[in-house]
Amino acid sequence: MAERLLDVDDLHVTFVTEDGLVRAVDGVSFTLDRGEVVAIVGESGSGKSVTAMTLMGLTRSPNARFEGSAKLRDQELVTATEEQLEKIRGKEIAMIFQDPISSLSPVQRVGDQIVEQIRAHEKISKAAALDRTVELMERVGIPRARDRARAYPHEFSGGMRQRVMIAMALSLSPSVLIADEPTTALDVTIQAQILREISQLSDESDSGIIFVTHDLGVVADIADRVIVMYAGRVVEQGTLDQIFYDPQHPYTWGLLGSITRVDREPPHRLPAIPGQPPSLLNAPQGCHFRPRCPHAFERCLEVPPLESRVGDAPEHLDRCWLEVSDKRARREVEGRIGLADPSVAA
Amino acid sequence: MSRFIVRRTLSAIALLFATSVVVFGIFEIIPSYNPARAIAGRNATPTTVQEVSKKFGFDKPFYVQYVNTMKLIFTGQVIDYQDDLNVVDQFKQKFPVTLSLVVPAGILWLTVSILLGSISALRVGKFSDRALMVAAILGVSIPVFLLGALLLYLFAFKLSWFPNTGYTKFGDNPWQWVYHLILPWISIAVLSIGFYSRVLRSNLLDMVNQDFVRTAKAKGLPRQAVFRHHVLRNSLMPIITMFGLDFATLLGGAALVTETIYNLPGIGQYEAQAIGNLDVPPILVGSMFTAFFVVLFGAFSDVLYALLDPRIRLTG
Repeated sequence: MAERLLDVDDLHVTFVTEDGLVRAVDGVSFTLDRGEVVAIVGESGSGKSVTAMTLMGLTRSPNARFEGSAKLRDQELVTATEEQLEKIRGKEIAMIFQDPISSLSPVQRVGDQIVEQIRAHEKISKAAALDRTVELMERVGIPRARDRARAYPHEFSGGMRQRVMIAMALSLSPSVLIADEPTTALDVTIQAQILREISQLSDESDSGIIFVTHDLGVVADIADRVIVMYAGRVVEQGTLDQIFYDPQHPYTWGLLGSITRVDREPPHRLPAIPGQPPSLLNAPQGCHFRPRCPHAFERCLEVPPLESRVGDAPEHLDRCWLEVSDKRARREVEGRIGLADPSVAA
Repeated sequence: MSRFIVRRTLSAIALLFATSVVVFGIFEIIPSYNPARAIAGRNATPTTVQEVSKKFGFDKPFYVQYVNTMKLIFTGQVIDYQDDLNVVDQFKQKFPVTLSLVVPAGILWLTVSILLGSISALRVGKFSDRALMVAAILGVSIPVFLLGALLLYLFAFKLSWFPNTGYTKFGDNPWQWVYHLILPWISIAVLSIGFYSRVLRSNLLDMVNQDFVRTAKAKGLPRQAVFRHHVLRNSLMPIITMFGLDFATLLGGAALVTETIYNLPGIGQYEAQAIGNLDVPPILVGSMFTAFFVVLFGAFSDVLYALLDPRIRLTG
């Protein structure tokens, strides 16, 4: 069995604001093994980025409260001191951010920014660190890396900047790589290249990857396991096949139903999930998806626990009270998976 | 770069021309202003005044007077009307005093405001932050003439820690030089410290939330390195522009209140006297002197900007 890298258990992140408590992450549990790609999927505000950033201690602030546990091997991350985290950040857990334009310092040469990271963790000379930087930049496909290392971020295209971010993240061969929507700000053609780059490099280095995204198309390309988050909670998690071919939670049906597919006749209108995600200041009672769910019934006022409900798949967990057979019938909409009001469909 | 220098030189010439015309013009408009009377003395007869007027060319049209005066200024022959002294010589003699006052004061206010602004931003919301920001407001609000007088009363007159005004040349006695200038330095610096540290604090707080600062943290840099290399460096830009302009006007004689209070024979004091006597040549030369420094330091801070931020190109 592959080495267990991360073990997140019932993680809660709450922000104290003037208007009240915002439960950004409300009991998230998952694991990450070496060589594995786990995708965290959800809309904006579902808590996926907060979950990812909390693993690196980047959400810490005077008004943030943390509960539960997140362990990197045996090291507890939630209660780790800043000094302990400084040793872990960049070296053990590295992160690729969404916006490569604003995520690099505008006033420093890109090479220096990578050198800075290497030298924060290893006692080597500037020249040696620069040699390694150039090697890394070549590896992620930046041409004329020796010259380009001396350039500033504004002299790079978006895709090249994201390659710099990837080179930076990989510079110390971290065991965990967190990619927070790394392709969202890029053109579609560049997206594909960057995805290939990330999965290839992680195969080579055998690290575990947490891939945060709202794009199920990207998930299908890259993930081994999928965690679907909604309004701070995990609503469903399982292997890629389980989530795509046997989704248990109506929210997952909605997400899958709203993908355009090139192999089918295009629908009149792209199906969308009705309504808006709830405000986390004032989350609905019971299942958070209840107000938007056409299948909701009385029992949904109680929070469904995240547990295995599909008999032969113990690692496939979801938070929905409906019977499995009932779910399988209800999610069929016009011959594909979707979220539709059963009264209208009939 | 050469294009930048040429453009800045041209704009400097334009600014000097505009400044001199405006200042010169003001004295054309002032009613009952007659420099000939000042030169001729209090008990001069009308005939004498007329002779003086003719001799100095005050009876000529405005533009002729202007050209003549400019000629005198740029050949270094211009004299003031009050004491018949060569104005350019006076400036040469008094400029070292102003430099002694302004340069250390500038260094003082820049370092102290970076220090206080940083402390405030790092401890935002805590007691030390609030206390510092209240102090900064006080520093900005208190007028220099009041602060100077208070310091003088308290530390020179009551406590006798510092001398009661005056100036000693650095070359004569460096220790006495410092001793005489400490209170003036503080008087000048306090206002700017208050202003600069508040501006820096808010720049720093904006910068802390930038994505690249988060990246720096995610790289595992120690907190101090994140602050110094990423947060502080990017926050200093606006401070540089402010400093360039403030420093330039002070060098040009804007420290006249401080120089007058502490009886420092610098350009500011000279200008203050000239203004009191409506003595055109020193006022004119002083205004042009200030304008020159403003252009010069504006160019300096642009160059510094371009060095610190590679996205900026010098275009003049």
